[in-house]
Amino acid sequence: MTGRKPENLRSYLAVVYPALMLVVFFIVPFAIMVTISFFHRDPGAFYTPVFDIANYQNLFSALFVRVLIFSLFIAGLAAAVCVGLGFPFTYFITRMPRRFQVFWLVFLLSVLSLSEVIVGFAWSLMLSRTAGLSNLLVWLGLMNKPVSWTPSFAALLCGLCYLAFPYTVLVLYPPLSRLNPSLPEAARTLGASPLRTFFTVVVGALRNAIVAAFVMVFVFTLGAYLLPQILGRPHHWTLSVLITDRAIYQSNMPMAAAMAIFFMLVSLALVVLTMFIGKEKKVAS
Amino acid sequence: MTVKSAFCSCRNNGWRMGAWLVIIACITAIGIGLPSAFAGQTLKVGVYGGYFKDSFDKHIFPDFTKETGIKIESVAEPTGEAWLVQLEQAARAGVAPADISMIAQGPMLKGQKTRIWTPLDLNKIPNHQYLLPHFIHKYPDGRVDGIGAVSWYITLVSNTNVFKTPPTSWADMWQPDKKDKLGLLALVSNSFLLEITAKTFYGGDDILNSKQGILKVMNKLAELKPNVKLWYRDEGQFQQALQSGEIPMGQYYHDVATLAAADGYPVRSTFPKEGGINDSGCWTVSKASKKLKEAYVFINYMCRPEIQAKLSRKVGTAPTVRREVTGLSAKEFSAVSSDIPPIIPRYDLYTGELSDWISQKWTEMVTK
Repeated sequence: MTGRKPENLRSYLAVVYPALMLVVFFIVPFAIMVTISFFHRDPGAFYTPVFDIANYQNLFSALFVRVLIFSLFIAGLAAAVCVGLGFPFTYFITRMPRRFQVFWLVFLLSVLSLSEVIVGFAWSLMLSRTAGLSNLLVWLGLMNKPVSWTPSFAALLCGLCYLAFPYTVLVLYPPLSRLNPSLPEAARTLGASPLRTFFTVVVGALRNAIVAAFVMVFVFTLGAYLLPQILGRPHHWTLSVLITDRAIYQSNMPMAAAMAIFFMLVSLALVVLTMFIGKEKKVAS
Repeated sequence: MTVKSAFCSCRNNGWRMGAWLVIIACITAIGIGLPSAFAGQTLKVGVYGGYFKDSFDKHIFPDFTKETGIKIESVAEPTGEAWLVQLEQAARAGVAPADISMIAQGPMLKGQKTRIWTPLDLNKIPNHQYLLPHFIHKYPDGRVDGIGAVSWYITLVSNTNVFKTPPTSWADMWQPDKKDKLGLLALVSNSFLLEITAKTFYGGDDILNSKQGILKVMNKLAELKPNVKLWYRDEGQFQQALQSGEIPMGQYYHDVATLAAADGYPVRSTFPKEGGINDSGCWTVSKASKKLKEAYVFINYMCRPEIQAKLSRKVGTAPTVRREVTGLSAKEFSAVSSDIPPIIPRYDLYTGELSDWISQKWTEMVTK
């Protein structure tokens, strides 16, 4: 972090432990996955450790491409919604007195303790016809009869955003709270409206934080595989759902590994592209 | 699982020799003859973890030990194929994590390919005479490799508040008034909807013998899609929705639906005239087990009509033996089974050469 070269053996030792953990818990499992993705699949059995590129050749079905595009689309949309709502929300929190800030942060942290399963079932209940919110609207006289809003695209998007929102705020909070208050004040003094100040000065100064939050939520939602099953219809199932089906229910580990690796590479390329665009803009401005 | 598979596949050659020696030693030992008294012997029995294991530990194993003197060490095994992988890898090292295991039909067929199941001699299981014929599982060459352990039904369930009259046929699911009202299992290999559709509309599962036939059945199933609100992988997801009437019809486990109805929920389970789906698990003996003699005693005990009746009463499984020998009352029997001939799943479709093709076509059909 300091950018200096370690000076003695002890400073090297300090990084041995994290490096070891990285190797054991990330690099080794990942290497096994890459290896298995090149193994030969025996239909009706498991796989034989023989080099075979067929798993990657069989990837490009219309189904795979469609599901891949949908997965990237919904993750991107969820990230956009989360950052769109989370950025102004976090900005207002940072302008609040200290104890209100603490209250909101603790509240959001406690939301994080809920598992994907609980969040999924809670949303499906809340949007159901028999016990859901629409009953409340009927009672208030705003609707004629209760309706079911789940499973649907909107239900899935709500669930994903609910899961990712606390992370968005927690990523945006440090840079926003460090934002020098004299910047927006100067803009106001020079005659900019509050809205104009927010969009040109606050958003502009924190472009990197916004890109970072977007990328984080995007990657986080790509991995969701329970919510699409609970809140979505089959054409809303993401690639993570299909990978799970292949791996667990069809014992097709080589194909599941190949799908997962390709999915990861595409997401990684998109993340790098997003970062790159963010950087370009900074240079341009 | 993946880590283990990757490692074990590279080192199994060294173990194979040892495994053979152990098997030969084991066969010799049986040939010479073990002591006839079983007192003090322990048999490791693999049972699906959770509800099944708890029920067997409570209702079945203690009485078995009391009668035969053979102690049972029950092992919780995962459902699906993970247990088969573990058994196979252990067998290569000459070890049996369980002497006897309860194995679902898909893994049964997969295990045949590596000959993991010890062939069983029916003469040593006299109670096999009570079994329904399809509960004697065989290798392609005719040797017996498994004996029906437990069986259960998937039937057509409905919410009694929403549908006042019970459905009579699986074809009822295709009716326009069921739009957005059905909950079905999401995977081709656990919903058995191909078999249901084949029996209901094409007179039997012969149509599933060719790719064209399978596609024809899938096209018929595609007509059902507008009626399906939920394709579920997790049972809990559907049961709650069925009880509340949110999703008032679908396919579900007969025994669980019957229990829910007994608890007062507005739920009924109907055996359609084409029959319910009869899925089951077999008792098998791992080729690495050295306790074949005790295993015969155990399997024979489990085939006794009164034990099957006890399982029906206490665990909710359908008897694997003929109805008339069980002594179950009409009410007890209908809580777990039916006299209507069942639809037996075509497990070969999901374990054979076509399995990946079928799964791919199925996912395309469902998600389109």
